[in-house]
Amino acid sequence: MSDANTTGEGSSSAKTPASGVPGIAATAAAVIPVPSSDHGADTVWVEQISFIDRVPRAVSMAFVFVVFIGLWQLSTSLGLVSPIILPTPGETFADMVFVGKNLLSGGYMLPALWITVKEVIYGFALAIAIGFSLGVLVGETVFGERAIMPYLVAIDTMPKVAFAPLFVAWLGFGIESKVALAAFIATFPIVVGTAAGLHAADENARMLFKTMGASRLQTLIKMKLPSGLPQIFTGLKIGAVGVMAGAITGEFLGGGKGFGELIRVAASQLQTPRVFSLILYLSLLGLALYALVTATQRRVVFWQKDTVMGSHD
Amino acid sequence: MSAPATAASEPTITAGEAPTGEPVYQLGNVGKTYARNEVVALEDVSLTLNRGSFSSVIGSSGCGKSTLLKIMAGLIPPSTGRVVLQGRPVTGPRRDIGMMFQQATLFPWKTTIENIVLPIEIRDGRAAAAKAREQAQELLAVVGLEGFADVYPNELSGGMAQRASICRMLITEPAVLLLDEPFSALDELSRDMMNMELQRICMERHATAFLVTHSIAEAVILSDDIYVMKPRPGRLAEIVSVDLPRPRTLDMITTPKFGTTVDYIRGLLDKGEAL
Repeated sequence: MSDANTTGEGSSSAKTPASGVPGIAATAAAVIPVPSSDHGADTVWVEQISFIDRVPRAVSMAFVFVVFIGLWQLSTSLGLVSPIILPTPGETFADMVFVGKNLLSGGYMLPALWITVKEVIYGFALAIAIGFSLGVLVGETVFGERAIMPYLVAIDTMPKVAFAPLFVAWLGFGIESKVALAAFIATFPIVVGTAAGLHAADENARMLFKTMGASRLQTLIKMKLPSGLPQIFTGLKIGAVGVMAGAITGEFLGGGKGFGELIRVAASQLQTPRVFSLILYLSLLGLALYALVTATQRRVVFWQKDTVMGSHD
Repeated sequence: MSAPATAASEPTITAGEAPTGEPVYQLGNVGKTYARNEVVALEDVSLTLNRGSFSSVIGSSGCGKSTLLKIMAGLIPPSTGRVVLQGRPVTGPRRDIGMMFQQATLFPWKTTIENIVLPIEIRDGRAAAAKAREQAQELLAVVGLEGFADVYPNELSGGMAQRASICRMLITEPAVLLLDEPFSALDELSRDMMNMELQRICMERHATAFLVTHSIAEAVILSDDIYVMKPRPGRLAEIVSVDLPRPRTLDMITTPKFGTTVDYIRGLLDKGEAL
Protein backbone atom coordinates (compact mmCIF):
# COMPACT_ATOMS: atom_id res chain seq x y z
CA MET A 1 0.00 0.00 0.00
CA SER A 2 2.57 2.57 1.12
CA ASP A 3 4.71 1.61 -1.87
CA ALA A 4 1.96 2.39 -4.32
CA ASN A 5 1.26 5.65 -2.55
CA THR A 6 4.77 7.01 -2.80
CA THR A 7 5.15 6.08 -6.44
CA GLY A 8 1.79 7.69 -7.10
CA GLU A 9 2.83 10.93 -5.45
CA GLY A 10 6.13 10.86 -7.24
CA SER A 11 4.60 10.61 -10.66
CA SER A 12 1.97 13.24 -9.90
CA SER A 13 4.54 15.77 -8.61
CA ALA A 14 6.54 15.14 -11.73
CA LYS A 15 3.54 15.68 -13.96
CA THR A 16 1.82 18.67 -12.36
CA PRO A 17 4.55 21.21 -13.05
CA ALA A 18 4.70 20.15 -16.68
CA SER A 19 1.37 21.83 -17.27
CA GLY A 20 2.34 24.98 -15.31
CA VAL A 21 5.77 26.55 -14.93
CA PRO A 22 8.41 24.04 -16.00
CA GLY A 23 11.71 23.54 -14.19
CA ILE A 24 11.37 25.86 -11.20
CA ALA A 25 8.09 24.48 -9.92
CA ALA A 26 9.45 20.96 -10.18
CA THR A 27 12.44 21.68 -7.98
CA ALA A 28 10.25 23.57 -5.51
CA ALA A 29 7.94 20.60 -5.18
CA ALA A 30 10.87 18.29 -4.66
CA VAL A 31 12.49 20.43 -1.93
CA ILE A 32 9.48 21.64 0.04
CA PRO A 33 7.48 18.72 1.45
CA VAL A 34 4.16 20.60 1.54
CA PRO A 35 4.04 22.75 -1.58
CA SER A 36 2.18 26.02 -2.10
CA SER A 37 -1.53 26.03 -1.33
CA ASP A 38 -3.00 25.07 -4.71
CA HIS A 39 -0.56 22.21 -5.22
CA GLY A 40 -1.33 20.71 -1.80
CA ALA A 41 -5.12 20.96 -2.05
CA ASP A 42 -7.22 17.81 -2.20
CA THR A 43 -8.20 16.93 -5.72
CA VAL A 44 -11.91 16.74 -5.08
CA TRP A 45 -13.97 16.98 -8.21
CA VAL A 46 -17.52 16.30 -9.20
CA GLU A 47 -18.39 13.54 -11.62
CA GLN A 48 -20.75 14.77 -14.32
CA ILE A 49 -24.06 12.89 -14.53
CA SER A 50 -26.45 14.13 -17.17
CA PHE A 51 -29.67 15.75 -15.98
CA ILE A 52 -31.96 13.02 -17.31
CA ASP A 53 -30.17 10.31 -15.32
CA ARG A 54 -30.37 12.31 -12.11
CA VAL A 55 -34.17 12.54 -12.03
CA PRO A 56 -35.54 10.35 -9.21
CA ARG A 57 -37.63 7.35 -10.16
CA ALA A 58 -40.93 8.70 -8.76
CA VAL A 59 -40.58 12.00 -10.63
CA SER A 60 -39.66 10.40 -13.95
CA MET A 61 -42.50 7.89 -13.70
CA ALA A 62 -44.99 10.66 -12.89
CA PHE A 63 -43.66 12.68 -15.81
CA VAL A 64 -44.23 9.86 -18.31
CA PHE A 65 -47.70 9.28 -16.89
CA VAL A 66 -48.69 12.94 -17.23
CA VAL A 67 -47.40 13.11 -20.79
CA PHE A 68 -49.32 9.98 -21.70
CA ILE A 69 -52.61 11.27 -20.22
CA GLY A 70 -52.01 14.65 -21.86
CA LEU A 71 -51.57 13.11 -25.32
CA TRP A 72 -54.65 10.95 -24.75
CA GLN A 73 -56.73 13.96 -23.69
CA LEU A 74 -55.47 15.97 -26.65
CA SER A 75 -56.30 13.30 -29.22
CA THR A 76 -59.88 12.96 -27.92
CA SER A 77 -60.66 16.67 -27.38
CA LEU A 78 -59.27 17.59 -30.81
CA GLY A 79 -61.61 14.99 -32.31
CA LEU A 80 -58.78 12.97 -33.83
CA VAL A 81 -60.51 9.73 -32.82
CA SER A 82 -64.17 8.98 -32.28
CA PRO A 83 -65.22 8.90 -28.60
CA ILE A 84 -66.76 5.49 -29.23
CA ILE A 85 -63.41 4.07 -30.14
CA LEU A 86 -61.39 5.98 -27.55
CA PRO A 87 -63.13 7.55 -24.53
CA THR A 88 -61.61 10.58 -22.83
CA PRO A 89 -59.38 10.05 -19.81
CA GLY A 90 -62.07 11.72 -17.68
CA GLU A 91 -64.77 9.25 -18.79
CA THR A 92 -62.44 6.33 -18.22
CA PHE A 93 -61.52 7.59 -14.78
CA ALA A 94 -65.17 8.08 -13.87
CA ASP A 95 -65.91 4.53 -14.94
CA MET A 96 -62.97 3.23 -12.95
CA VAL A 97 -64.45 4.90 -9.87
CA PHE A 98 -67.81 3.34 -10.68
CA VAL A 99 -66.35 -0.14 -11.06
CA GLY A 100 -64.27 0.34 -7.91
CA LYS A 101 -67.36 1.34 -5.93
CA ASN A 102 -69.28 -1.60 -7.32
CA LEU A 103 -66.53 -3.99 -6.27
CA LEU A 104 -66.16 -2.48 -2.82
CA SER A 105 -69.88 -2.39 -2.13
CA GLY A 106 -70.22 -6.04 -3.15
CA GLY A 107 -72.12 -5.30 -6.32
CA TYR A 108 -72.61 -7.66 -9.25
CA MET A 109 -68.98 -7.33 -10.37
CA LEU A 110 -67.49 -8.75 -7.19
CA PRO A 111 -68.70 -12.33 -7.74
CA ALA A 112 -67.48 -12.05 -11.34
CA LEU A 113 -64.03 -10.99 -10.16
CA TRP A 114 -64.00 -13.78 -7.58
CA ILE A 115 -64.74 -16.33 -10.28
CA THR A 116 -61.79 -15.10 -12.32
CA VAL A 117 -59.57 -15.08 -9.23
CA LYS A 118 -60.51 -18.68 -8.53
CA GLU A 119 -59.77 -19.69 -12.11
CA VAL A 120 -56.38 -18.04 -11.90
CA ILE A 121 -55.47 -19.59 -8.54
CA TYR A 122 -56.62 -23.10 -9.46
CA GLY A 123 -55.03 -22.82 -12.88
CA PHE A 124 -51.72 -21.65 -11.44
CA ALA A 125 -51.71 -24.35 -8.74
CA LEU A 126 -52.40 -27.00 -11.34
CA ALA A 127 -49.73 -25.61 -13.66
CA ILE A 128 -47.17 -25.60 -10.83
CA ALA A 129 -47.96 -29.18 -9.84
CA ILE A 130 -47.85 -30.56 -13.37
CA GLY A 131 -45.09 -28.28 -14.62
CA PHE A 132 -42.78 -28.99 -11.69
CA SER A 133 -43.28 -32.76 -11.89
CA LEU A 134 -42.70 -32.86 -15.64
CA GLY A 135 -39.76 -30.49 -15.24
CA VAL A 136 -38.08 -32.83 -12.74
CA LEU A 137 -38.78 -35.80 -15.01
CA VAL A 138 -37.30 -34.04 -18.03
CA GLY A 139 -34.44 -32.36 -16.20
CA GLU A 140 -33.35 -35.26 -14.03
CA THR A 141 -33.83 -38.38 -16.12
CA VAL A 142 -32.30 -39.17 -19.48
CA PHE A 143 -35.55 -40.91 -20.38
CA GLY A 144 -37.51 -37.74 -19.76
CA GLU A 145 -35.13 -35.68 -21.82
CA ARG A 146 -35.13 -38.17 -24.67
CA ALA A 147 -38.75 -39.31 -24.71
CA ILE A 148 -40.87 -36.61 -23.05
CA MET A 149 -39.16 -33.36 -24.00
CA PRO A 150 -39.69 -33.60 -27.78
CA TYR A 151 -43.42 -33.99 -27.27
CA LEU A 152 -43.53 -31.10 -24.84
CA VAL A 153 -41.72 -28.89 -27.34
CA ALA A 154 -44.12 -29.99 -30.07
CA ILE A 155 -47.17 -29.15 -27.96
CA ASP A 156 -45.60 -25.89 -26.80
CA THR A 157 -45.23 -24.66 -30.37
CA MET A 158 -48.96 -25.12 -31.00
CA PRO A 159 -51.19 -22.05 -30.55
CA LYS A 160 -52.58 -23.11 -27.19
CA VAL A 161 -55.54 -20.74 -27.32
CA ALA A 162 -56.86 -22.84 -30.18
CA PHE A 163 -57.47 -25.63 -27.68
CA ALA A 164 -60.08 -23.53 -25.85
CA PRO A 165 -63.10 -24.90 -27.78
CA LEU A 166 -61.89 -28.41 -26.98
CA PHE A 167 -61.70 -27.67 -23.28
CA VAL A 168 -65.20 -26.18 -23.42
CA ALA A 169 -66.47 -29.26 -25.21
CA TRP A 170 -64.82 -31.56 -22.68
CA LEU A 171 -65.40 -29.64 -19.46
CA GLY A 172 -68.44 -27.46 -20.17
CA PHE A 173 -69.10 -23.74 -19.76
CA GLY A 174 -68.25 -23.66 -16.07
CA ILE A 175 -65.03 -22.70 -14.33
CA GLU A 176 -63.35 -26.02 -15.19
CA SER A 177 -62.72 -25.27 -18.86
CA LYS A 178 -61.12 -21.90 -17.94
CA VAL A 179 -58.94 -23.48 -15.27
CA ALA A 180 -57.82 -26.06 -17.79
CA LEU A 181 -56.86 -23.50 -20.43
CA ALA A 182 -55.11 -21.29 -17.87
CA ALA A 183 -53.12 -24.26 -16.55
CA PHE A 184 -52.40 -25.48 -20.07
CA ILE A 185 -50.80 -22.18 -21.04
CA ALA A 186 -48.85 -21.76 -17.77
CA THR A 187 -47.48 -25.30 -17.53
CA PHE A 188 -44.85 -25.13 -20.26
CA PRO A 189 -42.77 -22.23 -18.95
CA ILE A 190 -42.68 -23.96 -15.56
CA VAL A 191 -41.53 -27.24 -17.13
CA VAL A 192 -38.80 -25.45 -19.04
CA GLY A 193 -37.76 -23.39 -16.01
CA THR A 194 -37.53 -26.44 -13.76
CA ALA A 195 -35.63 -28.52 -16.32
CA ALA A 196 -33.23 -25.64 -17.01
CA GLY A 197 -32.77 -25.14 -13.27
CA LEU A 198 -31.79 -28.75 -12.77
CA HIS A 199 -29.23 -28.45 -15.54
CA ALA A 200 -27.86 -25.23 -14.05
CA ALA A 201 -25.86 -26.87 -11.25
CA ASP A 202 -22.20 -26.57 -12.19
CA GLU A 203 -19.82 -29.43 -12.77
CA ASN A 204 -17.86 -28.77 -9.58
CA ALA A 205 -20.95 -29.02 -7.42
CA ARG A 206 -21.91 -32.31 -9.06
CA MET A 207 -18.42 -33.69 -8.56
CA LEU A 208 -18.39 -32.53 -4.95
CA PHE A 209 -21.65 -34.32 -4.24
CA LYS A 210 -20.27 -37.41 -5.91
CA THR A 211 -17.18 -37.37 -3.70
CA MET A 212 -19.43 -37.09 -0.66
CA GLY A 213 -21.15 -40.29 -1.75
CA ALA A 214 -24.52 -38.58 -2.15
CA SER A 215 -27.42 -40.58 -3.57
CA ARG A 216 -29.30 -39.37 -6.63
CA LEU A 217 -32.21 -38.19 -4.49
CA GLN A 218 -29.89 -36.36 -2.10
CA THR A 219 -28.14 -34.68 -5.01
CA LEU A 220 -31.50 -33.63 -6.44
CA ILE A 221 -32.96 -32.28 -3.22
CA LYS A 222 -29.90 -30.82 -1.53
CA MET A 223 -28.07 -29.47 -4.54
CA LYS A 224 -29.78 -29.42 -7.94
CA LEU A 225 -33.15 -28.03 -6.86
CA PRO A 226 -31.78 -25.24 -4.65
CA SER A 227 -29.24 -24.16 -7.27
CA GLY A 228 -31.97 -24.21 -9.92
CA LEU A 229 -34.39 -22.04 -7.94
CA PRO A 230 -33.63 -18.83 -9.89
CA GLN A 231 -34.57 -20.54 -13.18
CA ILE A 232 -37.58 -22.21 -11.60
CA PHE A 233 -38.84 -18.83 -10.43
CA THR A 234 -38.31 -17.36 -13.88
CA GLY A 235 -40.56 -20.11 -15.20
CA LEU A 236 -43.13 -19.35 -12.47
CA LYS A 237 -43.16 -15.66 -13.40
CA ILE A 238 -43.76 -16.37 -17.07
CA GLY A 239 -46.39 -18.89 -15.99
CA ALA A 240 -48.09 -16.28 -13.77
CA VAL A 241 -48.52 -14.01 -16.77
CA GLY A 242 -49.74 -16.89 -18.94
CA VAL A 243 -52.29 -18.08 -16.40
CA MET A 244 -54.08 -14.71 -16.50
CA ALA A 245 -54.17 -14.72 -20.27
CA GLY A 246 -55.47 -18.28 -20.25
CA ALA A 247 -58.28 -17.58 -17.79
CA ILE A 248 -59.52 -14.50 -19.68
CA THR A 249 -59.24 -16.17 -23.07
CA GLY A 250 -61.23 -19.09 -21.67
CA GLU A 251 -63.94 -16.68 -20.55
CA PHE A 252 -64.03 -14.90 -23.90
CA LEU A 253 -64.42 -18.13 -25.79
CA GLY A 254 -66.34 -20.24 -23.32
CA GLY A 255 -68.70 -17.81 -21.63
CA GLY A 256 -69.26 -18.21 -17.91
CA LYS A 257 -69.70 -15.51 -15.28
CA GLY A 258 -66.20 -14.14 -14.82
CA PHE A 259 -64.57 -10.77 -15.44
CA GLY A 260 -63.77 -11.69 -19.03
CA GLU A 261 -67.46 -12.12 -19.68
CA LEU A 262 -68.10 -8.59 -18.31
CA ILE A 263 -65.50 -7.24 -20.74
CA ARG A 264 -67.04 -9.12 -23.62
CA VAL A 265 -70.51 -7.79 -22.84
CA ALA A 266 -69.27 -4.21 -22.37
CA ALA A 267 -67.38 -4.37 -25.65
CA SER A 268 -70.40 -5.69 -27.53
CA GLN A 269 -72.38 -2.73 -26.18
CA LEU A 270 -69.61 -0.31 -27.28
CA GLN A 271 -69.09 0.73 -23.64
CA THR A 272 -65.41 1.42 -24.21
CA PRO A 273 -64.79 3.25 -20.91
CA ARG A 274 -66.06 0.15 -19.10
CA VAL A 275 -63.77 -2.11 -21.13
CA PHE A 276 -60.81 0.06 -20.23
CA SER A 277 -61.57 0.14 -16.52
CA LEU A 278 -62.25 -3.61 -16.36
CA ILE A 279 -58.94 -4.29 -18.08
CA LEU A 280 -57.24 -2.08 -15.53
CA TYR A 281 -58.70 -3.98 -12.58
CA LEU A 282 -57.81 -7.22 -14.27
CA SER A 283 -54.22 -6.10 -14.71
CA LEU A 284 -54.13 -5.31 -10.99
CA LEU A 285 -54.99 -8.95 -10.37
CA GLY A 286 -52.18 -10.02 -12.70
CA LEU A 287 -49.78 -7.65 -11.00
CA ALA A 288 -50.73 -9.04 -7.59
CA LEU A 289 -50.01 -12.58 -8.74
CA TYR A 290 -46.67 -11.54 -10.22
CA ALA A 291 -45.76 -9.64 -7.07
CA LEU A 292 -46.64 -12.69 -4.98
CA VAL A 293 -44.23 -14.83 -7.01
CA THR A 294 -41.49 -12.19 -6.82
CA ALA A 295 -41.92 -11.76 -3.06
CA THR A 296 -41.73 -15.53 -2.58
CA GLN A 297 -38.60 -15.61 -4.69
CA ARG A 298 -36.95 -12.93 -2.54
CA ARG A 299 -37.68 -14.93 0.58
CA VAL A 300 -36.72 -18.35 -0.76
CA VAL A 301 -33.79 -17.43 -3.00
CA PHE A 302 -32.41 -14.93 -0.49
CA TRP A 303 -28.83 -15.36 -1.73
CA GLN A 304 -29.63 -14.24 -5.25
CA LYS A 305 -28.83 -10.61 -5.95
CA ASP A 306 -31.94 -8.81 -7.10
CA THR A 307 -31.45 -8.09 -10.77
CA VAL A 308 -35.09 -8.13 -11.77
CA MET A 309 -36.25 -4.66 -10.81
CA GLY A 310 -35.08 -1.56 -9.05
CA SER A 311 -31.38 -2.21 -9.57
CA HIS A 312 -30.85 1.51 -10.20
CA ASP A 313 -32.24 2.69 -6.88
CA MET B 1 -18.34 -50.22 -1.52
CA SER B 2 -17.03 -52.06 1.54
CA ALA B 3 -14.75 -55.01 1.06
CA PRO B 4 -13.33 -55.83 4.48
CA ALA B 5 -12.05 -59.32 3.60
CA THR B 6 -9.31 -58.13 1.29
CA ALA B 7 -7.66 -56.19 4.10
CA ALA B 8 -6.42 -59.38 5.75
CA SER B 9 -3.13 -59.65 3.92
CA GLU B 10 -2.36 -55.93 4.19
CA PRO B 11 -0.66 -54.38 7.20
CA THR B 12 -3.06 -53.33 9.91
CA ILE B 13 -4.63 -49.96 9.43
CA THR B 14 -4.71 -47.94 12.59
CA ALA B 15 -6.03 -44.46 12.21
CA GLY B 16 -4.62 -41.44 13.99
CA GLU B 17 -1.02 -41.42 15.14
CA ALA B 18 0.23 -43.97 12.66
CA PRO B 19 3.91 -43.60 11.89
CA THR B 20 4.73 -41.69 8.75
CA GLY B 21 6.31 -43.55 5.91
CA GLU B 22 3.99 -46.53 5.75
CA PRO B 23 2.26 -46.86 2.35
CA VAL B 24 -1.29 -45.55 2.37
CA TYR B 25 -2.28 -45.29 -1.23
CA GLN B 26 -1.11 -47.70 -3.91
CA LEU B 27 -1.75 -47.59 -7.64
CA GLY B 28 -0.60 -50.51 -9.78
CA ASN B 29 -0.51 -50.28 -13.59
CA VAL B 30 -3.55 -48.05 -13.71
CA GLY B 31 -4.79 -47.15 -17.18
CA LYS B 32 -7.84 -45.48 -18.61
CA THR B 33 -9.15 -45.71 -22.14
CA TYR B 34 -12.31 -43.83 -22.95
CA ALA B 35 -14.49 -46.31 -24.80
CA ARG B 36 -16.34 -43.68 -26.79
CA ASN B 37 -13.41 -42.48 -28.88
CA GLU B 38 -10.72 -45.04 -27.99
CA VAL B 39 -8.55 -42.29 -26.52
CA VAL B 40 -5.92 -43.57 -24.12
CA ALA B 41 -6.06 -40.96 -21.37
CA LEU B 42 -3.79 -42.77 -18.97
CA GLU B 43 -1.32 -45.60 -19.45
CA ASP B 44 0.28 -47.84 -16.90
CA VAL B 45 0.60 -45.53 -13.91
CA SER B 46 2.04 -47.04 -10.74
CA LEU B 47 2.71 -45.01 -7.64
CA THR B 48 2.72 -45.31 -3.88
CA LEU B 49 1.89 -42.54 -1.44
CA ASN B 50 3.35 -42.92 2.04
CA ARG B 51 1.53 -41.71 5.11
CA GLY B 52 2.28 -38.11 5.87
CA SER B 53 3.90 -37.42 2.52
CA PHE B 54 3.07 -34.55 0.21
CA SER B 55 3.19 -35.37 -3.49
CA SER B 56 2.35 -33.37 -6.57
CA VAL B 57 1.57 -34.29 -10.10
CA ILE B 58 2.50 -31.84 -12.80
CA GLY B 59 2.18 -31.89 -16.55
CA SER B 60 0.79 -30.01 -19.50
CA SER B 61 -2.90 -30.03 -20.36
CA GLY B 62 -4.14 -33.36 -21.59
CA CYS B 63 -1.48 -35.40 -19.81
CA GLY B 64 -4.18 -37.26 -17.89
CA LYS B 65 -3.57 -35.78 -14.46
CA SER B 66 -7.24 -34.95 -13.95
CA THR B 67 -8.19 -38.45 -15.07
CA LEU B 68 -5.65 -39.86 -12.62
CA LEU B 69 -7.09 -37.81 -9.76
CA LYS B 70 -10.65 -38.83 -10.62
CA ILE B 71 -9.65 -42.48 -10.61
CA MET B 72 -7.89 -42.05 -7.27
CA ALA B 73 -10.98 -40.35 -5.84
CA GLY B 74 -13.22 -43.18 -6.99
CA LEU B 75 -15.17 -40.87 -9.27
CA ILE B 76 -14.49 -42.86 -12.43
CA PRO B 77 -13.40 -46.51 -12.77
CA PRO B 78 -10.00 -47.34 -14.28
CA SER B 79 -9.87 -49.50 -17.40
CA THR B 80 -6.91 -51.48 -16.09
CA GLY B 81 -4.90 -51.77 -12.91
CA ARG B 82 -5.38 -51.69 -9.17
CA VAL B 83 -6.21 -48.79 -6.84
CA VAL B 84 -5.86 -49.54 -3.12
CA LEU B 85 -6.32 -47.11 -0.25
CA GLN B 86 -5.58 -48.22 3.31
CA GLY B 87 -5.68 -51.85 2.23
CA ARG B 88 -9.09 -51.66 0.59
CA PRO B 89 -9.63 -51.35 -3.17
CA VAL B 90 -11.21 -48.08 -4.24
CA THR B 91 -14.46 -48.85 -6.04
CA GLY B 92 -16.30 -45.60 -5.53
CA PRO B 93 -16.25 -42.36 -3.52
CA ARG B 94 -15.05 -42.96 0.02
CA ARG B 95 -15.16 -41.28 3.36
CA ASP B 96 -11.42 -41.55 3.86
CA ILE B 97 -10.79 -39.53 0.70
CA GLY B 98 -10.97 -35.76 1.02
CA MET B 99 -11.16 -33.69 -2.10
CA MET B 100 -10.76 -30.06 -2.99
CA PHE B 101 -11.27 -28.31 -6.31
CA GLN B 102 -10.21 -25.13 -8.02
CA GLN B 103 -13.55 -23.55 -7.12
CA ALA B 104 -14.54 -23.48 -3.45
CA THR B 105 -18.10 -24.49 -4.42
CA LEU B 106 -19.78 -23.41 -1.21
CA PHE B 107 -23.56 -23.47 -1.48
CA PRO B 108 -25.04 -20.00 -1.05
CA TRP B 109 -28.18 -21.21 0.73
CA LYS B 110 -26.15 -22.67 3.57
CA THR B 111 -24.07 -20.81 6.12
CA THR B 112 -20.34 -21.44 6.21
CA ILE B 113 -20.62 -23.99 9.02
CA GLU B 114 -23.57 -25.73 7.36
CA ASN B 115 -21.43 -26.04 4.24
CA ILE B 116 -18.60 -27.52 6.26
CA VAL B 117 -20.73 -30.20 7.90
CA LEU B 118 -22.46 -31.03 4.60
CA PRO B 119 -20.39 -34.21 4.00
CA ILE B 120 -21.55 -35.47 7.40
CA GLU B 121 -25.15 -34.47 6.62
CA ILE B 122 -25.03 -36.40 3.34
CA ARG B 123 -23.54 -39.55 4.86
CA ASP B 124 -25.00 -39.68 8.37
CA GLY B 125 -27.99 -37.34 8.35
CA ARG B 126 -28.93 -34.07 10.00
CA ALA B 127 -28.50 -35.20 13.59
CA ALA B 128 -24.90 -36.25 13.00
CA ALA B 129 -24.27 -33.00 11.14
CA ALA B 130 -25.52 -31.03 14.14
CA LYS B 131 -23.13 -32.95 16.39
CA ALA B 132 -20.24 -32.26 14.01
CA ARG B 133 -20.68 -28.50 14.40
CA GLU B 134 -18.34 -28.37 17.37
CA GLN B 135 -15.62 -30.04 15.36
CA ALA B 136 -16.35 -27.68 12.46
CA GLN B 137 -15.83 -24.72 14.78
CA GLU B 138 -12.40 -26.10 15.72
CA LEU B 139 -11.51 -26.49 12.05
CA LEU B 140 -12.62 -22.92 11.36
CA ALA B 141 -10.21 -21.82 14.07
CA VAL B 142 -7.42 -23.85 12.43
CA VAL B 143 -7.82 -21.97 9.14
CA GLY B 144 -8.35 -18.61 10.82
CA LEU B 145 -12.05 -18.21 10.14
CA GLU B 146 -13.30 -17.88 13.73
CA GLY B 147 -16.47 -15.85 13.84
CA PHE B 148 -17.46 -16.66 10.26
CA ALA B 149 -19.45 -19.81 11.09
CA ASP B 150 -22.87 -18.27 10.58
CA VAL B 151 -21.96 -16.04 7.67
CA TYR B 152 -23.29 -16.89 4.22
CA PRO B 153 -20.65 -17.65 1.56
CA ASN B 154 -21.59 -14.56 -0.49
CA GLU B 155 -19.84 -12.52 2.16
CA LEU B 156 -16.58 -14.48 2.03
CA SER B 157 -13.63 -13.53 -0.18
CA GLY B 158 -12.12 -16.06 -2.58
CA GLY B 159 -9.38 -17.01 -0.13
CA MET B 160 -11.78 -17.28 2.78
CA ALA B 161 -14.08 -19.49 0.72
CA GLN B 162 -11.17 -21.82 -0.04
CA ARG B 163 -10.29 -21.91 3.67
CA ALA B 164 -13.86 -22.97 4.38
CA SER B 165 -13.63 -25.64 1.71
CA ILE B 166 -10.46 -26.94 3.41
CA CYS B 167 -12.56 -27.35 6.56
CA ARG B 168 -15.24 -29.20 4.59
CA MET B 169 -12.59 -31.53 3.21
CA LEU B 170 -11.17 -32.21 6.70
CA ILE B 171 -14.46 -32.70 8.56
CA THR B 172 -14.66 -36.42 7.70
CA GLU B 173 -11.04 -36.90 8.82
CA PRO B 174 -9.90 -38.37 5.50
CA ALA B 175 -6.71 -40.44 5.25
CA VAL B 176 -5.69 -38.84 1.99
CA LEU B 177 -6.28 -35.36 0.58
CA LEU B 178 -6.70 -35.07 -3.19
CA LEU B 179 -6.21 -31.47 -4.27
CA ASP B 180 -7.15 -30.44 -7.78
CA GLU B 181 -5.43 -27.09 -8.33
CA PRO B 182 -7.06 -25.80 -5.17
CA PHE B 183 -5.69 -22.27 -5.15
CA SER B 184 -5.16 -21.55 -8.83
CA ALA B 185 -8.18 -19.25 -8.96
CA LEU B 186 -6.73 -17.05 -6.21
CA ASP B 187 -4.43 -14.06 -6.64
CA GLU B 188 -0.72 -14.77 -6.18
CA LEU B 189 -0.39 -13.30 -2.67
CA SER B 190 -3.35 -15.28 -1.32
CA ARG B 191 -2.11 -18.31 -3.15
CA ASP B 192 1.32 -18.28 -1.50
CA MET B 193 -0.30 -17.75 1.86
CA MET B 194 -2.78 -20.57 1.34
CA ASN B 195 0.00 -22.90 0.25
CA MET B 196 1.90 -22.28 3.47
CA GLU B 197 -1.32 -22.74 5.41
CA LEU B 198 -1.93 -26.03 3.60
CA GLN B 199 1.55 -27.23 4.49
CA ARG B 200 0.99 -26.37 8.17
CA ILE B 201 -2.35 -28.18 8.26
CA CYS B 202 -0.90 -31.25 6.54
CA MET B 203 2.08 -31.36 8.93
CA GLU B 204 -0.07 -30.95 12.04
CA ARG B 205 -2.41 -33.73 10.99
CA HIS B 206 0.19 -36.02 9.41
CA ALA B 207 -2.05 -35.88 6.35
CA THR B 208 -1.17 -37.58 3.11
CA ALA B 209 -1.67 -35.11 0.30
CA PHE B 210 -1.71 -35.41 -3.46
CA LEU B 211 -1.79 -32.17 -5.41
CA VAL B 212 -2.51 -31.57 -9.07
CA THR B 213 -1.00 -28.30 -10.22
CA HIS B 214 0.14 -26.32 -13.23
CA SER B 215 2.70 -24.37 -11.25
CA ILE B 216 6.19 -25.84 -10.97
CA ALA B 217 7.09 -23.46 -8.14
CA GLU B 218 4.02 -24.47 -6.16
CA ALA B 219 4.81 -28.15 -6.65
CA VAL B 220 8.44 -27.71 -5.56
CA ILE B 221 7.71 -25.62 -2.49
CA LEU B 222 5.05 -28.02 -1.18
CA SER B 223 6.09 -31.52 -2.23
CA ASP B 224 8.35 -34.33 -1.14
CA ASP B 225 7.85 -36.06 -4.48
CA ILE B 226 6.79 -34.60 -7.80
CA TYR B 227 5.31 -36.87 -10.44
CA VAL B 228 5.99 -35.43 -13.87
CA MET B 229 3.50 -36.59 -16.47
CA LYS B 230 3.59 -36.55 -20.25
CA PRO B 231 0.69 -36.50 -22.67
CA ARG B 232 -0.52 -38.74 -25.51
CA PRO B 233 -0.89 -41.17 -23.91
CA GLY B 234 -0.88 -39.79 -20.37
CA ARG B 235 1.89 -41.49 -18.43
CA LEU B 236 4.37 -40.95 -15.63
CA ALA B 237 7.66 -39.67 -17.03
CA GLU B 238 9.72 -39.19 -13.90
CA ILE B 239 9.53 -38.82 -10.14
CA VAL B 240 11.51 -35.90 -8.78
CA SER B 241 12.27 -35.81 -5.05
CA VAL B 242 12.62 -32.44 -3.39
CA ASP B 243 14.94 -32.52 -0.39
CA LEU B 244 14.32 -29.08 1.01
CA PRO B 245 13.85 -29.18 4.80
CA ARG B 246 10.43 -28.90 6.46
CA PRO B 247 8.67 -26.70 7.26
CA ARG B 248 9.17 -25.03 3.93
CA THR B 249 9.08 -21.27 3.82
CA LEU B 250 8.53 -18.83 0.99
CA ASP B 251 12.14 -17.64 1.44
CA MET B 252 13.31 -20.96 0.03
CA ILE B 253 12.17 -19.81 -3.39
CA THR B 254 15.39 -17.83 -3.67
CA THR B 255 17.68 -20.73 -2.73
CA PRO B 256 19.84 -22.37 -5.43
CA LYS B 257 18.38 -25.81 -4.74
CA PHE B 258 14.86 -24.52 -5.41
CA GLY B 259 16.04 -22.92 -8.63
CA THR B 260 17.80 -26.02 -9.95
CA THR B 261 14.81 -28.24 -9.11
CA VAL B 262 12.42 -25.91 -10.91
CA ASP B 263 14.74 -25.75 -13.93
CA TYR B 264 15.07 -29.51 -14.01
CA ILE B 265 11.30 -30.03 -14.00
CA ARG B 266 10.79 -27.36 -16.60
CA GLY B 267 13.30 -29.16 -18.80
CA LEU B 268 11.36 -32.41 -18.43
CA LEU B 269 8.09 -30.70 -19.32
CA ASP B 270 9.59 -28.99 -22.39
CA LYS B 271 10.78 -32.34 -23.65
CA GLY B 272 7.29 -33.64 -23.15
CA GLU B 273 5.91 -30.92 -25.37
CA ALA B 274 8.32 -31.77 -28.17
CA LEU B 275 7.29 -35.43 -28.26
